[in-house]
Amino acid sequence: MSVQVKYRIGKSIAFQGLTILLSVLCVVPLIFILVYIIKAGVTKINWNFLTNLPKPVGETGGGIKNALLGSVEVIALSTIIAVPVGILCGIYLSEYKQSKLAYWTRLSVDILQGVPSIVIGIIAYFWIVKPMGHFSAISGSIALAIMMLPIVVRSTEETLLLLPDSLREAGYALGMPFHRVVLKVIIPCGFSGILSGVMLSVARITGETAPLLFTAFGNPYLSFDIGQPMQTLPLIIFNYATSPYNDWHDLAWGASCILLLWVLLLNILTKVISAKWKVQL
Amino acid sequence: MILNEEALTQRVVSNDIGISVKKEGRNRRSVRHIRAEGVFKKLIFFVAFGMVVMILGILVTLVVQSSLSIKSTGLSFLWGKVWDPVRDIFGVYPFLVGTILTSFLALVISIPFSFAVALFLGEYYPKGWVPTLLKDTVELIAAVPSVIYGFWGLAVMVPIVRKFEAAIGVQTTGVGIFASSLILAIMIIPYSASLGRSMVQMVPGNLKEAAYSLGATRWEVIKSVVLPYTKSGLFAGVMLSLGRALGETMAVTMVIGNTAKLPESIFAPGNTMASVIANEFTEADHPVYLSALIELGLVLFLVTVVINMIGKRLVKGFSK
Repeated sequence: MSVQVKYRIGKSIAFQGLTILLSVLCVVPLIFILVYIIKAGVTKINWNFLTNLPKPVGETGGGIKNALLGSVEVIALSTIIAVPVGILCGIYLSEYKQSKLAYWTRLSVDILQGVPSIVIGIIAYFWIVKPMGHFSAISGSIALAIMMLPIVVRSTEETLLLLPDSLREAGYALGMPFHRVVLKVIIPCGFSGILSGVMLSVARITGETAPLLFTAFGNPYLSFDIGQPMQTLPLIIFNYATSPYNDWHDLAWGASCILLLWVLLLNILTKVISAKWKVQL
Repeated sequence: MILNEEALTQRVVSNDIGISVKKEGRNRRSVRHIRAEGVFKKLIFFVAFGMVVMILGILVTLVVQSSLSIKSTGLSFLWGKVWDPVRDIFGVYPFLVGTILTSFLALVISIPFSFAVALFLGEYYPKGWVPTLLKDTVELIAAVPSVIYGFWGLAVMVPIVRKFEAAIGVQTTGVGIFASSLILAIMIIPYSASLGRSMVQMVPGNLKEAAYSLGATRWEVIKSVVLPYTKSGLFAGVMLSLGRALGETMAVTMVIGNTAKLPESIFAPGNTMASVIANEFTEADHPVYLSALIELGLVLFLVTVVINMIGKRLVKGFSK
């Protein structure tokens, strides 16, 4: 082999090595973060941590009960709001794919997906918080619901488009009306795809903080009233992490650990579901 | 008449038997179905229409709410170098510079990594459990909440950055543009990596084989076939990453240092558009101040929408 050929092969191997090295390096920060958060957080988690309310600075032993329950409530509410709307919109897009409105709706969904979360927060502030006169859990839920919509719409649309037309036609041939074909045939067939879209969207909003800053706002006490400010996990992490007190940092590490495990679990579940039903997201 | 009466009674009788009741019931049901069908069609139409209305509503809300600031500051809003809410001077130039610096620095740092992942998964090792593991792990990077990145950055990365800054002899604040860019770079890797991977996989095999048959090495195939073919797709991935970096709020807010001064270097503390809004929105105590923050939100909205649209257009063009 001539020197030049050796040089070219060497260069090729070197580039392959560089690619492998950089790819592996990508994973390093994630593992670093996961290990660090779990190590710092897991020692803070115990029964009292989960069932007590936060205590004022100086007192030890506070917990994050209000944030945990608040997060569950806010997320449940936004799921209830976003899922029906998102699925109906996805149905429209897949049933009337050629219509003019479908084009504009698709464009809107694309735009919505790219809107920074802080802007959604501003919008929810002016649409709900201001008319109500005070911060509230429901405004936070609506902000998060707006963030969920694009993912739900997209996954519904794409799942339904994959279904063969013969399914629809079989339904019509039996004399079924349009809505029954959609609700009894199309949706059940695409259920797993829609479900993984919903779970993905829930996983995404679970850790969202920015839209909650001026909507749910945070609350040091336990509250179930959706008309009042509510504490959530991301908010408590943000507030305690940026505070100067070590006790509060400890609480924030524990809360981060729980939030992280929660989000990872949701993501892995989504993966499992979409792998089992071979859904493409 | 008699016949008619007979017919009437017959109907009643057959009603009693139940056959024609069923028939009538079925008719009523089909009427109900047709009505429900109409309602359902209208419902999904209005939901789809509502999406369009919502985007317009977002735009209108932002414009209306920031009109006070647009009127009072005009174009000097974008080029003014002083942000002093107490004296009612609103110039967002420092934040524009902060946003552009953090985002582009983050892109520059992350691109080699995300392209490497795209090539690794799309070209070198498309199958097997190691690539699948790598793909899932890279996707998990996008799943970690940004507030956790921020907290980790504040507690772990900022001290390291401070040591690094001391070693190279620049100002040692730790928090600042550089720290934010590092965190952002990690966060945006998955966006261009996963899009890049699917683009690289779409390169037709016969193009690559033609190059191999001419004696090209693997690197030469990548350089002269794969990269030129996927150019626009890779660029689209970069755009989507950029859109994400521009709008990222929490992680940046926690590690950028939050000063309204124009950053003197990439190691200085600064502020981005999103972090200013996050920090000052609930503190804005007079209408012009609030309105100025919303105008900032409007600028952010428009910029990210344009960048995302360019990215999506490129992806669509590529897929065709």
